[in-house]
Amino acid sequence: MSKEIIRAALEEMPVSARRLFLKRTLTLGGLSLITGCGVVNEESAEKVLMRISSFNDRVQGWLFDPNQLAPTFPESMITRPFPFNAFYSRDEAPEVDGEAYQLEVSGLVADKQKWSLAALRALPQISQVTRHICVEGWSAIGKWGGVRFSDFLRRIGADTTAKYVGFKCADDYYTSIDMPTALHAQTLLTLTYDGKTLPREYGFPMKLRMPTKLGYKNPKHIVALFVTNTPPGGYWEDQGYNWFGGS
Amino acid sequence: MNRLTNRSGSAHQPVWLRVTHWTNVIAVTLMVMSGWRIYNASPIFDFEFPDAMTLGGWLGGAIQWHFAAMWLLAANGLFYLACGLATGRLRRQMFPLRIRQLWTDFTAALTGRLKHENDGRYNAVQKAAYLFVIADLILIVLSGLVVFKPVQFPLLRTLMGDFDNARIVHFVAMVALMGFIVVHVVMALLVPRTVVAMIRGH
Repeated sequence: MSKEIIRAALEEMPVSARRLFLKRTLTLGGLSLITGCGVVNEESAEKVLMRISSFNDRVQGWLFDPNQLAPTFPESMITRPFPFNAFYSRDEAPEVDGEAYQLEVSGLVADKQKWSLAALRALPQISQVTRHICVEGWSAIGKWGGVRFSDFLRRIGADTTAKYVGFKCADDYYTSIDMPTALHAQTLLTLTYDGKTLPREYGFPMKLRMPTKLGYKNPKHIVALFVTNTPPGGYWEDQGYNWFGGS
Repeated sequence: MNRLTNRSGSAHQPVWLRVTHWTNVIAVTLMVMSGWRIYNASPIFDFEFPDAMTLGGWLGGAIQWHFAAMWLLAANGLFYLACGLATGRLRRQMFPLRIRQLWTDFTAALTGRLKHENDGRYNAVQKAAYLFVIADLILIVLSGLVVFKPVQFPLLRTLMGDFDNARIVHFVAMVALMGFIVVHVVMALLVPRTVVAMIRGH
């Protein structure tokens, strides 16, 4: 499949070249067709599209109802096997040592002490069966369990009037979300999948699960999180995916 | 086959209609071409659209185009409906639509006996076709809203038969739109003065 070839080729490229490649191809397909004078206008059209994407972020923030819950499903509807999806193949998923794991917390928070896996597991846990929707269009139902993220943010004394929560991951992935979504009742600091310790391919030791956002907004293998008012961007978002990415 | 004639007998299309018509051509082209690229990222059926027929270069670019052109499509559509209702043109041109007349005109059209009258009124087949495409575009927007925001629009989500089904509705409504466009363009080219009227107004 051509998609896999492109993915494989992208992995071979250094990050800077990959960004450039993606940026170049962002508008190549259609723009020259419409303007008939390709290269000159490509950059300005791209700027306009990025600006509209930011406008769409604001519209989505306005549309987001903090009390609107995503649908939940019976366990019989769980998709088995649940699909693996990342910017690398399954056997390249990072191996994190659970014993040595220490979640870093920084930015606009009162308590910056690190969190071991045991300490996170000692917090009150909930679980829910929700639908994961990928930006590509497919969806799958899974069961995730862990700590309600709003409880965790309050416990560490986060400034919940701040705009963003950013995440850094063991696989060099990074992303960020808006505070209203961080405080949503279904946003989970996830430690288990389907009743068992979160497996490596689904983000061991910890991922953030939000049924109100598309898959690429749900970071896996989180090693650090921070609260900030400066837009932290994201791995895919910086290449052109919509930042809000909410469903 | 959009036609209206004034008293002198020449076709007349008001400015707002011509502007919204050609704006819609641009919006639909952008939406469909970028939509095909988005479809290719996770095909519902056992085929993909050729990349050369798509817009955006990759999934992220296609989404940017799709979610930019959606504003043009929606704003233009609302403006068209507002003008159509306010001027009374929609009601005047599309109604009354009688089933018996539709059948008579349809069989006449198939056998090449349907006359293109010069009285500025639509025949029953035209009325049905234009009402159909208006309804289809509304369905496209509503099913698209569910694909875009399945959590925020729970009622619409239920009406569309949940998220995965909304994608199918969105796709089928696109196919229906393509079907309309093919017939519409063929008919317009068969009576070229209708194309002139849609540009010049008469």
